[in-house]
Amino acid sequence: MKILVPVKRVPDPELKANIKDGKLDLSGAQWVVNTFDEYAVEAALRLTENADEGSRDGEVVVVTIGPDDAAVQLRSCLAMGADRAIHVASEDANLDSLLVAKTLKAVYDEEKPDMVLLGKQAVDGDTNQVGQMLAALLNLPQATFAASIELADDGKACVVSREVDAGVEFKKLPLPAVVTVDLRIVSPTSITNGITPESHEYADGPRYASLKGIMKAKKKPMDNKTMADLGVSGSPVVKELEVTLPEARAAGQIVESVEELVKKLSEEAKAL
Amino acid sequence: MDFSLNDEQELIRQTARDFAQRELAPKAAARDLSGEFPVAELKALAELGLMGVNVPEAFGGAEAGAMAFSVVMQELAKADASVAVTVSVTNMVAELISAFGTEEQKKKHVSKLTSGEAVCGAFALSEPQAGSDPAAMKTTATKVDGGWKLKGNKQWISHGDKAGVIVVWALTNKDAGTRGISAFLVEGGAPGLAVISAEHKMGLRGSTTVQLGFDDVFVGEDAMLGTEGMGFRLAMAALDGGRIGISSQALGVAAAALEVSLAYANEREQFGQPIIRHQAIANKLADMATKLEASKLLTERAAWMKDQKIPFSKEASMAKVFTTEKACEICDEAIQIHGGNGYTQDFPLERFYRDVRVTRIYEGTSEIQRIVIARQLIKEASN
Ligand SMILES: Cc1cc2nc3c(=O)[nH]c(=O)nc-3n(C[C@H](O)[C@H](O)[C@H](O)COP(=O)(O)OP(=O)(O)OC[C@H]3O[C@@H](n4cnc5c(N)ncnc54)[C@H](O)[C@@H]3O)c2cc1C
Repeated sequence: MKILVPVKRVPDPELKANIKDGKLDLSGAQWVVNTFDEYAVEAALRLTENADEGSRDGEVVVVTIGPDDAAVQLRSCLAMGADRAIHVASEDANLDSLLVAKTLKAVYDEEKPDMVLLGKQAVDGDTNQVGQMLAALLNLPQATFAASIELADDGKACVVSREVDAGVEFKKLPLPAVVTVDLRIVSPTSITNGITPESHEYADGPRYASLKGIMKAKKKPMDNKTMADLGVSGSPVVKELEVTLPEARAAGQIVESVEELVKKLSEEAKAL
Repeated sequence: MDFSLNDEQELIRQTARDFAQRELAPKAAARDLSGEFPVAELKALAELGLMGVNVPEAFGGAEAGAMAFSVVMQELAKADASVAVTVSVTNMVAELISAFGTEEQKKKHVSKLTSGEAVCGAFALSEPQAGSDPAAMKTTATKVDGGWKLKGNKQWISHGDKAGVIVVWALTNKDAGTRGISAFLVEGGAPGLAVISAEHKMGLRGSTTVQLGFDDVFVGEDAMLGTEGMGFRLAMAALDGGRIGISSQALGVAAAALEVSLAYANEREQFGQPIIRHQAIANKLADMATKLEASKLLTERAAWMKDQKIPFSKEASMAKVFTTEKACEICDEAIQIHGGNGYTQDFPLERFYRDVRVTRIYEGTSEIQRIVIARQLIKEASN
């Protein structure tokens, strides 16, 4: 099983966003791997290992499209346990979802993985488009917002569960396929790969990169490419005009009684 | 001159930070009250490689260097200074045995520490009458058939009751001064080894500090670390590195105190505006941040020198005395900024203040650091 995991670096979502002249000011940003992509890496690692024996069975290739210093985020995925990395050079401003998807298609064509596993969205732009676009460009089956993945038919298919309004939906996809993951993919028993005993319970959440993993990651291969190498060209079709903060919410009020609440709702908020 | 961390150091920082914030910080206040020793957390830290940051790979270490160790200590101490001291001493012991132990000793003890099979390692130098002046120790090691018998008491030994391996210093020759001191590796639970009492401490309550009694504890010939009479030199070498650890611990606590204070000063309003708008408070924060930065530079430079294999004893002492004193000032001002809230357990400041205080005492008091620095200066001047 070979899995391609595209990852994006994003400004640390825990830190406050600064806006200057209608643009995000990222000069002091601390960059991290997009949360959902980190979950995708974790899921890919779980799909390609025997967790009880601590052995690998398969290959996880991480790819990012971004500036030079995005290499740190690739290293961080290698440190978690991914086998190999591909770094396609590009400035963030020259990209949009479609260009990213086209570039990933070119990488897919070279790598021919059994599965492409991505985060359902990046927590900076929150567009939630790349996985779907990529599946369309590749003409591959897709399952989005995966909460669990089970390999089936000797690795020729996978069964993906997705949480939908009415309950849980199960989809069986022949491989290769494109799967995007949601938060629950990193819960203790969300991945079944036929190798790790089903009794195995993972710790909740993505694994930490161990110091050994970090030191080993130094020696793992990282391929540097340009979009031209991959035969991709074009400019973004989406343009950012202005970034503004949502209006600050007014302070809340504490009411003494239900009567007062009803009165305020009808007279002040005009909600009743 | 490059002040940035390299990629590996940055990733190590992230691992330490994420673990500390997710797994340590939420329960630090509870451990401070209960005194519970965090066995599961320490094992998890070992699995991540944080018990052998600067230890050779062959013995389960990460071989990531002293700078990485400093960064790890800072991040852990931001969340829980008690866990940090256990990690610091264990790393120091693992590094000491890696540097001076025989192949057998390394295989036997270092791997246990780095893997978490032993929950921690301890460093037993101080005695009731021998603190700043460890050469005044009375514990003896007497040659017997096949090995040595240790007799005496060790005082204030961090987690000496939990350690899988303890480095114990003892006199092998009472008439040879510091050259009569040797170091031995004693396993936790060895017959004749007893925990005599546990201290009730002002801070670091999530870590134990105990008096150990050695009543004719037998160790084999192969338990001596280094050669006979070399013990004092080993202790001083270990403490040079240890001081970078303690300095980093103080840095972490101070950084946490500053972070909390900044947030509080932005939110707390008096006289119609956030208190950070009152210049007296803003100036405090400016001073705290400046002291913190200066301390960080001193500490990280000492770590960098150690990584470059440049003698760093004076710089480690400078880093320790400066950082630990500034860290105490920072934590004190942090309480001031928080007013009455700072004095209560609803906020972490009073814990920070209690925890950070010991950094001016252990692994050589501030007064002793100044002696070390001054001696170096005199030596340099006479060259
Ligand atoms: C929480 C905690 C954990 C500890 N963990 C360990 C451990 O794991 N292993 C271990 O071996 N020890 C440990 N210690 C002991 C610690 O290292 C000693 O307390 C420290 O070295 C000081 O020794 P002392 O307490 O005997 O003070 P003293 O040496 O009695 O000093 C008292 C005062 O006199 C000053 N003073 C002493 N000599 C001089 C001098 N020549 N010139 C000027 N001033 C001087 C000191 O600076 C101090 O202010 C720990 C202590 C504590 C509190």
